[in-house]
Amino acid sequence: MAGTATQRLWCKRAAKADLLVKGARVVDPTTGRDEVKDVLVTRGRIAAVGDDLEPGGSAAVRDADGCLLMPGFVDLHAHFRVPGGEDAEDLTSLTAAAAAGGYVAAFGMANTDPVVDNAALLEGLAQRAQAEATVPVGFHAAVTRGLQGEQLTEMVELATAGAVAFSDDGIPLRDADLLRKALQYASVTGRHIAVHAEDRSLTRKGVMHEGAVSARLGLAGMPSIAESIEVERALEVAAYEDARLHVCHVSTAAALEHLARFKERGVPVTAEVCPHHLTLTDEAVVTLDANVKMNPPLRPEADRAALVAALAEGLIDCVATDHAPHCADDKEVPFEEAPFGVIGLGTAFAILYAELVGDGAIDLLTLVDRMSSAPARIAGIPQPSIREGAEAGFCLFDPGDTWTVGRHTLHSRSQNSAWLGKELRGRVILTVAAGHVVWDAGA
Amino acid sequence: MTKRDLLSMDDLTRTDVDLILDTAESFLPILQRDIKKVPTLRGRTIVSYFHEASTRTSSSFDLAAKRLSADTIALKKSGSAIEKGESLKDTILTLSAYSPDIIVMRHPSAGACRLAARYTPASVINAGDGKYQHPTQCLLDLFTLRQTFGRDLDGMKISIVGDILHSRVARSDIAGFQMMGMHVTLVGPPTMMPRDIESLGVAVEHDLSHLRTADVIYLLRIQRERMQAGANFLPSLREYARVWGIDRSRVRPGQKVMHPGPINRGVEISGEIADDPDTLILEQVEAGLSTRMAILYRTIVGYSDSASEEA
Repeated sequence: MAGTATQRLWCKRAAKADLLVKGARVVDPTTGRDEVKDVLVTRGRIAAVGDDLEPGGSAAVRDADGCLLMPGFVDLHAHFRVPGGEDAEDLTSLTAAAAAGGYVAAFGMANTDPVVDNAALLEGLAQRAQAEATVPVGFHAAVTRGLQGEQLTEMVELATAGAVAFSDDGIPLRDADLLRKALQYASVTGRHIAVHAEDRSLTRKGVMHEGAVSARLGLAGMPSIAESIEVERALEVAAYEDARLHVCHVSTAAALEHLARFKERGVPVTAEVCPHHLTLTDEAVVTLDANVKMNPPLRPEADRAALVAALAEGLIDCVATDHAPHCADDKEVPFEEAPFGVIGLGTAFAILYAELVGDGAIDLLTLVDRMSSAPARIAGIPQPSIREGAEAGFCLFDPGDTWTVGRHTLHSRSQNSAWLGKELRGRVILTVAAGHVVWDAGA
Repeated sequence: MTKRDLLSMDDLTRTDVDLILDTAESFLPILQRDIKKVPTLRGRTIVSYFHEASTRTSSSFDLAAKRLSADTIALKKSGSAIEKGESLKDTILTLSAYSPDIIVMRHPSAGACRLAARYTPASVINAGDGKYQHPTQCLLDLFTLRQTFGRDLDGMKISIVGDILHSRVARSDIAGFQMMGMHVTLVGPPTMMPRDIESLGVAVEHDLSHLRTADVIYLLRIQRERMQAGANFLPSLREYARVWGIDRSRVRPGQKVMHPGPINRGVEISGEIADDPDTLILEQVEAGLSTRMAILYRTIVGYSDSASEEA
């Protein structure tokens, strides 16, 4: 079983791209390239990377002076809301949002209604993706049936059906024995277990990070130890079993200390961080706007800075959006009553480029690795690459283009973005995924 | 007034606060007359929308509006469409269709009043939201202090004792007391003290040993729901009363005691202290009326004209 190369991504069939992108700065961690080149795409594949390339036959020519051309991004952590939550998002809107954000693959979590906990359901989703998804999508399967935290799912069958990994994301695996058995059993499938690390006895009815801001606002707090205690426990179990663990949405400096210690010991663990945790702090909650309410919550500046440093040095392997659509009626309520979660596919790169690359906290090649190559490796899919012969999966980013985050630019069915209404500088203007043009801002 | 709505003490400048308190003072003679009513807000409409139980705040606002001749509508949670699952947004849109000048609102969630203000052209006055703010309580407390100690409260020491974690009164009062230059100390069991609350520039104590140095002791109500099984904020009300309850032995003669009510006799305050002439609890209730008249008036007319002339 282990390492079996089953299909993990599905999308609609579409016309293969014939395209010549001229004069873009090609930034590609898979080749280490960072230089101005022309890129020729023929029938959906990269035909040439070079200077003064000529379009063959019907290839459209795109002048990309001043733009960045990068391998497309891969999101390990999104909530598709399919099935059961299609009023908030469906595969058409989700992949439109992903495409506009430069993504060429996204993986959904299993906490849908019904839960993705059996192969028949997963196969049905794969079929729906082939009818509706413009950008390739894949699926996590649940660790336990119905996310009940009691009985393991049929992981071998689910892996054969194409599950990328297993996760009860949204709900912590409270029982250490259950986590242990899940790690043991999942090892047979060659897939990892992704954990949502949260001690719910500590977060209780908390709605934001516990600290000076929650004290001021009178909001019930979620202490940072609720995350770090659980991260440490999961790492202990994974180390004991020498099993593949992935830690979702790390948000605290304390959790990073545990991660560093266990990584140093050679435990096969990976971790992700969300764009909002890298760029915003709990100070943002003073607006009491439900669009900055998510779990894990926004943390203080010291945690944010530690997360950025960890991403830059590779302690955190990748960026994941935790894209969590909620329709307006659910978010236009007082902060405490609103559901957790914000969308992120449409803004991830633009915000990280502006905030982190812009001030030198992380270099561009590293950021692209963390958003494209690293998550692809973790998901076990080919890394998007700008090299001859590779399937075209890239995006073109205009650093000078300013745009306003809103309904018409997000493309999601939901607008619960932490940056809603903000003007951002730098925009993805073209995305080619699986050899198809899936987003063209000029079209 | 600096802002259209009164949502938090942060919405008010020192000038605003002084204006409201001066206006409240100018209304006091009206409340001594036989006919306790002036035509100042005749033809104005004030809606009160209480999504949470309230006796003194809602009755105080209602009487304040009537003393100023405004028309009032009261909407309470029980028996209204809110119980039928109507959203806050829809309730506010519906109430706004009556073109009220002011919506006075209480809600169990922080920020609910700010959210409501987005959906209505009326001015929204926060009569308590979640554990966040209760600015009109703070203003009436400041008015009570001013009537007791004079206009200059600068440098005075006030200790707020009790369940700070769950208290919107404490959050508004801290801001208001500090605005007047007062030194605020918070006292209570560590389980009821918000982490990092020192960041507000207050001192924090866990016992009553420093209480004698305070000019004023401000007690908070210990809510019985904090005693639910598994909550573990307190082992028992009895132990709270023993360690943090205020009785004669803990109050210096002449030391003033305040409480926003309703009080729990025998828990945070002994009956003897509750009935003591140095205790300002009934003065606070009285101050509530003139202060809320001033808030309604200033919310509608702003900085213009003098209240006393119209009165």
